Amino acid sequence: ADIISTVEFNYTGDLLATGDKGGRVVIFQREQETKSRPLSRGEYNVYSTFQSHEPEFDYLKSLEIEEKINKIRWLPQQNAAHFLLSTNDKTIKLWKISERDKRAEGYNLKDEDGRLREPFRITELRVPTLKPMDLMVEASPRRTFANAHTYHINSISVNSDYATYLSADDLRINLWHLEVTNRSFNIVDIKPANMEELMEVITAAEFHPHQCNTFVYSSSKGTIRLCDMRSSALCDQHSKFFEEPEDPSSRSFFSEIISSISDVKFSHSGRYMMTRDYLSVKVWDLNMENRPVETYQVHEYLRSKLCSLYENDCIFDKFECCWNGPDSTIMTGSYNNFFRTFERNTHRDITLEASRESSRPRAILKPRKVCTTGKRKKDEISVDSLDFNKKILHTAWHPSENIIAVAATNNLYLFQEKIN
Amino acid sequence: MFVRGLKRKCFDGEEDIEGTLAGIKAIPSYNLQRQSLLDMSLVKLQLCHMLVEPNLCRSVLIANTVRQIQEEMTQDGTWQMINTQSTGQASLDRLVSTDILCRSSRDPAEGKHVPGYGTFSKDFESDQAQDSSETMSTASSVQAPRNLQSNMWEMETPQENKGNFQKSLDQIFETLENKSPNSVEDLFSEVDNSYYDLDTMLTGMMSNTKMGHCDSLETFSSPTNTASNSNCKSDLNDLDHIVEILVES
Repeated sequence: ADIISTVEFNYTGDLLATGDKGGRVVIFQREQETKSRPLSRGEYNVYSTFQSHEPEFDYLKSLEIEEKINKIRWLPQQNAAHFLLSTNDKTIKLWKISERDKRAEGYNLKDEDGRLREPFRITELRVPTLKPMDLMVEASPRRTFANAHTYHINSISVNSDYATYLSADDLRINLWHLEVTNRSFNIVDIKPANMEELMEVITAAEFHPHQCNTFVYSSSKGTIRLCDMRSSALCDQHSKFFEEPEDPSSRSFFSEIISSISDVKFSHSGRYMMTRDYLSVKVWDLNMENRPVETYQVHEYLRSKLCSLYENDCIFDKFECCWNGPDSTIMTGSYNNFFRTFERNTHRDITLEASRESSRPRAILKPRKVCTTGKRKKDEISVDSLDFNKKILHTAWHPSENIIAVAATNNLYLFQEKIN
Repeated sequence: MFVRGLKRKCFDGEEDIEGTLAGIKAIPSYNLQRQSLLDMSLVKLQLCHMLVEPNLCRSVLIANTVRQIQEEMTQDGTWQMINTQSTGQASLDRLVSTDILCRSSRDPAEGKHVPGYGTFSKDFESDQAQDSSETMSTASSVQAPRNLQSNMWEMETPQENKGNFQKSLDQIFETLENKSPNSVEDLFSEVDNSYYDLDTMLTGMMSNTKMGHCDSLETFSSPTNTASNSNCKSDLNDLDHIVEILVES
């Protein structure tokens, strides 16, 4: 099994897609409740597996293009088939996943085994009939959106018009129409004329969930820009600029690095957005640009270890974050296979671990605690014992129920709220 | 690692220094740490440049950190002091000194004011006062990043890639060429030959950078990055050749 690089529920939550470093996409489907297995509802089983991207070689630059899937985004379902967009560093693909549970028999021109029939043997015409067969799930690539990004794609986001989507790389954001593959429209370009002056890159971008003209993008300097596509064709001028003033007392040489935003997500309501930087998660009200309305510390105990984390490159890890359906709880990952959820109303937070030892089926997860003072209590884990190789970068929350998907390196964990 | 008896703290914990040392000792400690951070960042940038597909975000963040340190050093006046002094053998020090920061454990009984240079120090004149070689060596390191930055973002062609990298490396080595023949020989006669194996030096540094250096983080598990190590090695083999040429001249 390969390292999981993205996790995403579809709009109904019945399907869960994961992308991995080897370019594969695995889709899980939620089991329907049946009389014989009443507890099976809530379980997800493999529905489809396919190779989305292959490694490529850019001959011009003599560079390998990784097949790792950076992001998957589902399209809303419009017919029996499911559609999703998957992207690696350079190319976005639209995949159609469809079920086949019938096959036609009684063709005129060919035999049952596919061989062509001799024309003189065909003495009468018959209408082929549909016969049931074992369910087969097919994935077929329907569109390939290529050659539009010089730099590495970090985000894709489907617009609420369900006809367009954006793709963002380190310096540019392009707008595509789902039906058109040979053209994309550049809407943001922050590449300086002289690359020596490059100080800031785009780290994530997303369309507003309801306003099809609005999108945001975050930067490595900890800022978020909201752009309105109605104002101009090229949205280099932002409509809103979100930045929290720096706290001078906590300034260090690592301040900029830890302020770099690794993920930005709109709330389902569209009123708020959430950003993840290295040590915290912040909730912003779109109507207030000068500071976030809520800040949650994910692993503040790492603040004194930034030097070492810089040394071993962990400081550059990009954690994602997500909202639950009602936007009342937010979740993000940490190290040692820990992930954290924060309840916005009650300000309660919990740390849980995604590991085989603590995750027997149907077992209730025990809250974990990291010891920050000298005296370690029983069951607490000290900061020095944390495994920084076990990082939870990707998490997803079911759109309407309390089911969460947590990717821990090459394992996928699904947790559900206990129903009494 | 630093002054004997000094409890080594992570860089940004400097305000937590708990009176185990006099305030006076705190100041050179900060400069030393800042210098080490600068060195580490430069090595990271150089290694970025060598890897097949450098992560632009990471490179930009590291370059900004380097710029920030340089600005602070300029304000401090440390930078001005450097300009007036000759670099001496400092340029070689530059590449080695990251090793200081990246070693996982120190022998506290070292007793010297100078951090150990490890395998490279055998014949090195590490007896020099650390401070002076420190300040001198910053010159070449500051020149290096300017070139590195300008050359780093442009990744149009592999030829350019290699050429640019050689340019930046030339920058680092140019001080050697500027030396008079006698001093060059003097310089090299004292240095262990293994030092010129850029391959082992930088990959050694790279594996060292993976380990936490703070006392409190001895159990820090490091992400092994053997893939990038091997990428480094293949590029560095080319550089061996360059170093040999310089040595022979």
